[in-house]
Amino acid sequence: MVEETPRVRSLVLAVPDWRGHRAGQHVDVRLTAEDGYQALRSYSIASAPEDGQRVTLTVERLDDGEVSPYLVDEVRVGDRLELRGPIGGYFVWEAEKTAPLLLVAGGSGVCLLMAMLRHWAASASAVPTRLLYSSRSLRDVIYRDELGRLGAAGDGLEVILTLTREQPAAWTGFARRIDREMLTEVACPTERLPLTFLCGPTTVVEAAADLLVELGHDATRIKTERFGPTGG
Amino acid sequence: MDESALRLDGNACAGLLCEIFTHDMTAARAACGGCGAVGPIGEQHLYGYPDGPGAVLRCHRCESVLLVITTTETRHRLGAQGMAWIDMQVDPSPQRGGGS
Repeated sequence: MVEETPRVRSLVLAVPDWRGHRAGQHVDVRLTAEDGYQALRSYSIASAPEDGQRVTLTVERLDDGEVSPYLVDEVRVGDRLELRGPIGGYFVWEAEKTAPLLLVAGGSGVCLLMAMLRHWAASASAVPTRLLYSSRSLRDVIYRDELGRLGAAGDGLEVILTLTREQPAAWTGFARRIDREMLTEVACPTERLPLTFLCGPTTVVEAAADLLVELGHDATRIKTERFGPTGG
Repeated sequence: MDESALRLDGNACAGLLCEIFTHDMTAARAACGGCGAVGPIGEQHLYGYPDGPGAVLRCHRCESVLLVITTTETRHRLGAQGMAWIDMQVDPSPQRGGGS
């Protein structure tokens, strides 16, 4: 288990009969209470397909949630979870794709995109890739160290953060919600036919997708995944 | 709260659809019976799932109801009156697609 931020934890699961997944897929986790009551939630797979039978789920605690507080605060090493998946075949990226890649994350939406970035890194992809990640504060940035390393390696990945609520004193990066100017600056020219994946809270994702289409990006090359009002 | 903030998309009910159709449906394309818009199920708007008693999938363009799925302990019921057609790949990646 990895404590990513005060509200977010990654669980590394050993899944012996895992058939492999594609970057961008999720799993459903089913919890059953002693009285038989069941709750089912879908979580992003954050690990790369190359990780084999070690499957990482990154979970954000939603305080009024039924499942996430248990997964973030209570589950212990050695506990067993019931999984169904991998699930989803639409919001996936595979390293054979050669188009420039733009990933746009709002909050914990980065977890699903992280599988793509890890797949990108593990397959030594030459695809020029940018991650635009909107977070409330630096403290809330999930995978901060790993993103820093990947971005600094000079392998063609640029990580661009925007901190919407609170910025460190010497912060020189973006400090506002994702807007048209920011996307104009970050997205590569439309004639290079980038492939875009957006993941995060519904309002963030829909606003960014609309802006990209207004900027001339091909709507059929923009894939979205909405997390609802709070994300995670 | 603005209701639109509550909507998810078809990706969020991928597991449920997989249980009914036995393979991944998020990449399948659906045509709206109302406005004719065609788009992947993963991009259609989803309401009521997983917290409600069922799932309502609405057209991403005009918000007409495409699919209604209600589930009890023993049965699924799927209403598809608002959908003109679904187009899906034959046997998409049987080794790695969805499924339980």
